[in-house]
Amino acid sequence: MQTNTLYNSSATQPDNCINIQSSIASDDCHTVGNTSVKNPRMNCRNVDVFYADKQAINQVTLDIGRNEVIAMIGPSGCGKSTFLRCLNRMNDTIDSCRISGEILLDGQNIYDKRQDVVPLRAQVGMVFQKPNPFPKSIYENVAYGPRIHGLTSTKSDLDIIVESSLNRAGLWDEVKDRLNQPGTGLSGGQQQRLCIARTIAVGPEVILMDEPCSALDPIATAKIEELIDELHEEYTIVIVTHSMQQAARVSQRTAYFHLGNLIEVGETNQIFSNPRHKLTEDYITGRFG
Amino acid sequence: MFEPAIITHLVIAELPGALRELPSDQLNLLVNNIKNLVFGNIVSGEINPAMQDAADHYQHLHTISRAAQTVVALSLAILCTLLAWRSIHKEQRARNSVERIIMLFLIASSSIAVFTTIGIILSVLFEAIRFFQAVPLTDFMFGLKWSPQMAIREDQVGSSGAFGAVPLFAGTMLISFIAMLVAAPIGLMSAIYLSEYASKRVRNIAKPLLEILAGVPTVVYGFFAALVVAPLIRDSGTLLGLDVASESALTAGLVMGVMIIPFISSLSDDVINAVPQAMRDGSYGLGATRSETIRLVIIPAALPGIVSGMLLGISRAIGETMIVVMAAGLSANLSANPLQAVTTVTVQIVTLLVGDQEFDSPKTLAAFALGLMLFITTLILNVIALHVVRKYREQYE
Repeated sequence: MQTNTLYNSSATQPDNCINIQSSIASDDCHTVGNTSVKNPRMNCRNVDVFYADKQAINQVTLDIGRNEVIAMIGPSGCGKSTFLRCLNRMNDTIDSCRISGEILLDGQNIYDKRQDVVPLRAQVGMVFQKPNPFPKSIYENVAYGPRIHGLTSTKSDLDIIVESSLNRAGLWDEVKDRLNQPGTGLSGGQQQRLCIARTIAVGPEVILMDEPCSALDPIATAKIEELIDELHEEYTIVIVTHSMQQAARVSQRTAYFHLGNLIEVGETNQIFSNPRHKLTEDYITGRFG
Repeated sequence: MFEPAIITHLVIAELPGALRELPSDQLNLLVNNIKNLVFGNIVSGEINPAMQDAADHYQHLHTISRAAQTVVALSLAILCTLLAWRSIHKEQRARNSVERIIMLFLIASSSIAVFTTIGIILSVLFEAIRFFQAVPLTDFMFGLKWSPQMAIREDQVGSSGAFGAVPLFAGTMLISFIAMLVAAPIGLMSAIYLSEYASKRVRNIAKPLLEILAGVPTVVYGFFAALVVAPLIRDSGTLLGLDVASESALTAGLVMGVMIIPFISSLSDDVINAVPQAMRDGSYGLGATRSETIRLVIIPAALPGIVSGMLLGISRAIGETMIVVMAAGLSANLSANPLQAVTTVTVQIVTLLVGDQEFDSPKTLAAFALGLMLFITTLILNVIALHVVRKYREQYE
């Protein structure tokens, strides 16, 4: 954690395209830092998102590397959740939402007409802000994904998937004796880990997390963060968070969003110890946001 | 309010002794005449001096009472103002007493409905008990023949009087079953379409349109069934070589089903909408299709609400009267064939009580027994529905 060395900002970038008060500038905006990585899992190129006439994301270009945890931070309404929901086309469920630009998953454009959204969402799973287990038993919650995708043919295979998913979500020992009880009866932190187990059970490549700890107490949060740390060896994780400490603790790279623009992206250490953009520095030092 | 009664009494007391001794009906006539005289209406018979005196006396008393009313009202107003004035002081918190008065008013309002219900139950219950004194309960519950004509004279032919309610309940069940066969799937499907598939614009137009169906008076459905649907079914039955009665259970059931659709679709739509968006997101986020989400997540989550909607629909079907009166026929056949005419409990209650009736023969009292059975049936269904709804409420809290 480098949060104690926040104040040694070196240079201030010319503030040529951002105006804090005005709405999003329509000219193309230059992101500070290196947006590309070697051997990326996902590439986003010039992504624009509109809700009806309102532009929510402006020309975001960002690579997401394999097995990395990338954190997205920024003040409320800056578009980080919107951007996250683009990555598995969850925004399709919103009628007024329009997206342009391209997002590639393993080189394949996910907004291509031939791309079926169902397998995409199995590859790019999502964990939501509020734990949302189905009103079914713990077992059925985890078995839901494998069932609908037909991943198993026998009950014992399904049992194995359920057990291993709960195990990896660090929940198995707590619930193994009550798999048939409703998932809604667990505590908040357990519910969120159940949702993570549910996502893992489908066998995704990327897991998107939209403020997964904002509804949890500090102990449950610590458990989830620990879990994220373990999971990133197998999965690529994109996490949106309001907590800068959390971003600093769990992520390797951090992206700072402001009013729909991707302002700065870089190694988490560098962002928090040595932000290069004035807005990033102001945000992480707590001057606004 | 009591003014006329009091004045009349006083006037009678002042009448000459001979007139006071009259039998009560003639006395009433006399008093009426006096009143007519006072208010300038047409008086029957000739006016004698005693009557004129009485009329003057009446007039006098009337004037006094007017003045007394004014005085009483004014003094009451002054008294209340004084009381209110005196009770105002620094520590007085008017809000508390005002709220208590409002609460009492609300309690009174709600208890009116409760007591009315209790009153109805009791009256039906006592009349039904009178019926069961004449006809044994077992005959009523298990008898297979319904023929409620009682002999009025000793030598009347063909009026044996048989009160077996089974054909009526069988008819009710048959028609309700057909109605639910129509209403349950269509209502549920339209609810799913409206809440999950329809765009906002379609929904804003379609939902009120569907709910207009609920506002159509059932008598309109009734003649629609009798004049449009019944001939249609009979003619198409004839084309297929089937023997269809013009008042068939099928007609009544189909039209009743259409009537119930909006209840089921509207209630189901509400409970489906009440399923949190997070459930849908969670399911879509796992790569479920829309139909998988609806089948596996939304319907199970909304099921208790949907079931209670169905039960309310069934209660409506069982209690429905106008449609079956017009479209289902009167003959009490014990038949499961939907193409035959059957009759229902409600139809028989109507036919038993229409026209001039004496309320001491088992024929009319049978209506109360039927009403009691009907009430118990729908009550049980409603209790089940309420219970299911309550269970559903607990789930998301």
